[in-house]
Amino acid sequence: MMSELVLSIRDLRVTFDTPLGPLEAVRGVDIDVHAGEMMGVVGESGSGKSVTFLAAMGLLPHRAKITGSVLLNGQEMIGAPNKVLRNMRGGLMSMIFQDPLSALNPVHRVGDQIVEMLQAHQSQLSDKDAAKRAVELLDIVGIPQAAERAHQYPHEFSGGMRQRVVIAIAIANNPKVLIADEPTTALDVTVQAQILEVIERVQKTFGTAVVLITHDLGVIARVADRVNVMYAGRNVEKGGVDSLFDHPSHPYTRGLLASLPHEGAERLTPITGFPPNMLMPPPGCGFAPRCSFANDGCLTSLPALRSFGDLETACLRAEQIVIDGARP
Amino acid sequence: MTDFATISPKRMALRRFLSHKAAVGSCVLLALMVLAVILSPFTARYGVNQSVRKPPNTFLPPQKLAWFGTDDIGRDLYSRLIYGIRVSLIIGLFSALISTIVGCVVGAVAGFRGGRFDDVVMRVTDLFLAFPFLVALLVIRNTIGSIHWLTVIIGDKSSARFIVFLLAFFGWMGVARIVRGQVLALKEREFIEAARAVGATRRYIVRRHLLPNSIGPIMVALSFAVVGAITAESTLAFFGYGPQAGDGATSLGILVGAAKGAVQTGYWWIAVFPCFALVLISLAINFIGDALRDATDPRLDRGE
Amino acid sequence: MLRFALRRMVWALPTLLLVTFLVYIALRLGTDPLQSYLRTNPRASRDKIEQYKAVNGLSSNYVLGYFHWLKNFVTFNWPRSIKGSREVWPELKDALVNTIRLGSLATFLGVVIGLLVGMFAALKPGSRRDVAVNTGAFLGISIPPYITAVLFQLVFSVYWSRWFGHTLFPTSGVYPAGHTGFDLVLMLKHMALPTMVVAIQVVAVYSRYMRSSLLDVLNSDFMRTARSKGISERQILFRHGVRNALIPVVTIAALDIGAIIGGLIISENIFAYPGMGVYFLSAFGTGDFPLLMPWMVLVVASTLIFNLIADVSYAFLDPRIRLD
Repeated sequence: MMSELVLSIRDLRVTFDTPLGPLEAVRGVDIDVHAGEMMGVVGESGSGKSVTFLAAMGLLPHRAKITGSVLLNGQEMIGAPNKVLRNMRGGLMSMIFQDPLSALNPVHRVGDQIVEMLQAHQSQLSDKDAAKRAVELLDIVGIPQAAERAHQYPHEFSGGMRQRVVIAIAIANNPKVLIADEPTTALDVTVQAQILEVIERVQKTFGTAVVLITHDLGVIARVADRVNVMYAGRNVEKGGVDSLFDHPSHPYTRGLLASLPHEGAERLTPITGFPPNMLMPPPGCGFAPRCSFANDGCLTSLPALRSFGDLETACLRAEQIVIDGARP
Repeated sequence: MTDFATISPKRMALRRFLSHKAAVGSCVLLALMVLAVILSPFTARYGVNQSVRKPPNTFLPPQKLAWFGTDDIGRDLYSRLIYGIRVSLIIGLFSALISTIVGCVVGAVAGFRGGRFDDVVMRVTDLFLAFPFLVALLVIRNTIGSIHWLTVIIGDKSSARFIVFLLAFFGWMGVARIVRGQVLALKEREFIEAARAVGATRRYIVRRHLLPNSIGPIMVALSFAVVGAITAESTLAFFGYGPQAGDGATSLGILVGAAKGAVQTGYWWIAVFPCFALVLISLAINFIGDALRDATDPRLDRGE
Repeated sequence: MLRFALRRMVWALPTLLLVTFLVYIALRLGTDPLQSYLRTNPRASRDKIEQYKAVNGLSSNYVLGYFHWLKNFVTFNWPRSIKGSREVWPELKDALVNTIRLGSLATFLGVVIGLLVGMFAALKPGSRRDVAVNTGAFLGISIPPYITAVLFQLVFSVYWSRWFGHTLFPTSGVYPAGHTGFDLVLMLKHMALPTMVVAIQVVAVYSRYMRSSLLDVLNSDFMRTARSKGISERQILFRHGVRNALIPVVTIAALDIGAIIGGLIISENIFAYPGMGVYFLSAFGTGDFPLLMPWMVLVVASTLIFNLIADVSYAFLDPRIRLD
């Protein structure tokens, strides 16, 4: 039932050296991405969700200390030589980012930027063929009058159109994995839906696995197949999207779902407290200080992911919470 | 439970400034210099026009009688340097202040209003700044100096007062550009929109929102204006167009100008001490300006 | 793009006329051409005085006077100098050629070296080499050029010959006195010192510009996108980093080039190099209006032309500002 693994991240740890001390942004993350699936990665700012994949792409600055394993198509990326990494980036795995205006070089034409991506990995392509393919790609992502618009500059496009261009660049070489880091956050709500639709279409057409990083559960609910919830640099819950939304096991996920506006509720119920300071991460479960179900054990021992029904959870008290009827 | 201590932006800027050791050292150095200059009746050993002793007293090398040696008519170079620095610092400071005030007003109005006024101001300052500086300086000096009623107000063209205004005339343009740039950047920010939505008048917005948020770049502009003025004054004096007061009064520029002749004659102290002082002051103010710029507009590119 | 350039060019001529008019007023007020003439020729006859006034456009109405002067200027009916009644153009031409030689060599060297040094520093910010470059540039801009010039003079003319017995780099003139004809080596030897003095300033300024601009660019989001494409480091650096970083630098360079012919006064003066600077200082010192006006026209024209080039090249390099 499960197709082959394209991306396998094991025990990834990323630490930054800051003037105030070492900052552990990612503290042992495991993620599996299967071919053709849409994997949602949910977490708030500071959860480490972006850093995880920047590390996988090799896009973090040199001073970041990265340990663990990232297997892409069976090949290890951590510590791999530069040539291997460059082959991977844009070829096997691509990444798109949040702000499409600043993501594109303002002085190069849009078509040229796609051509650059094409020729970096398909060097046998002639300039003419590459240009033709660039126009085709623009067409695929839904840009009208692609042939003319390929000669324009990024500032001549609207926000949504620019993000489509960014997607076109990312899929140019038919990568196995496309990592989308908050692709819709900087866009209007109406445009958001369009962009998600483009991403979905690309996924279905090319069989690309997509990792959709976001803090917006609505987006996850709409398009994701499986979900990975992160908090304080670790996984806290994993599972299929329907299962997760129906019976979340981890208090953080519960809190996230409960804080969504829903009918009948007069007020919003946010999760109380603040995310932890990653310069001095709590010794036990990262969420424990804010958790209404936490006991002393939660504060001292760092929980690992384990099976829990059709989900995986990192909550020590998951069973107890269910027994208690989910009341503290 | 973790708690983040809150530091105000001003405190953060101060901290960043203090982390620049060169700038801090420069502040100390300048403070000492200013002190020495203010207390010149005590720190100088002789009067500005006073001979060290009866002849032979000319071109004496540095010794106990005259720490930095004597000049062509036997005056103590050390004391003259103190008086000279005083004059130059005053000229530099005052002209920079005038430049900055005028530049802030023009720049803020140009940036905020935009439109025709902004266009014209920009083109004019563009051209002025592109024109060779020394030529413009000398020509304008003579031109303004020949307009009689102007010299009545701002002094004769060899007076220090005149030079202050002359340098201010050149200095405001650079400041105006910097302030205009800052205002343009701030103009689009939401807090300005919010102020406008509440009905604040344009003048109020400029006074209460735009200018206070531009303090950083303004201070940087001020420091570079001071250095520019001091350097310009010394260049003028080098060519003989510096402030003359007849009674032996001198400026740093005049003292440096004397270095020209000293090269051939081998009286090295005439050149070395004034030049060294000028370079030191320039460096110090430049360091401070650079650190100010970093403190108020930090970039994450210092290897962090 | 072309429209942009044409629009700018259309404004150039009126601006040239306006600025030369202002220069005319400034010089008339500042150097008092009539007095200068009378001082040099105290016993000139009324006719001679009137003739002098007519040829220089010195009527009492400034606007009319300007147009008289302009008419004479464009028909190459240039008045002779006040002092010595010399022809203006031959001297001006020689001065122009000398300054262009010196200025272009120094600016070319300075900009190229400065850009490379700035790039070198920006690639490893905060490192030892970055600190070294920063400090060096700082010193370069804090030490006024006449001090460097005097220092070089001291070292190379006075002390070098004292230590080594011969003169390595001469400190004055284009050729040794009395030399005729063209000798490249000799000319370069004489240009060496003033070139170095000017180039030092240029290197200091441009290395800072380039470093600052490149750092800005390297920290931009589109650099991250470029890296995520898996293209080679060199392509990333040059096609994205340097290409974008050069935009503001090129604009400033164009302006600086425009200022060359009037901007080397200090070095030329100290090294007795007979260029536009020395020409200006001596003409200005004696208030020689007929010598000064053509000089000014050249300098103003150069400034305006390169201002235009700067604008156009900025629009060429950065498509975002091609407002039509």
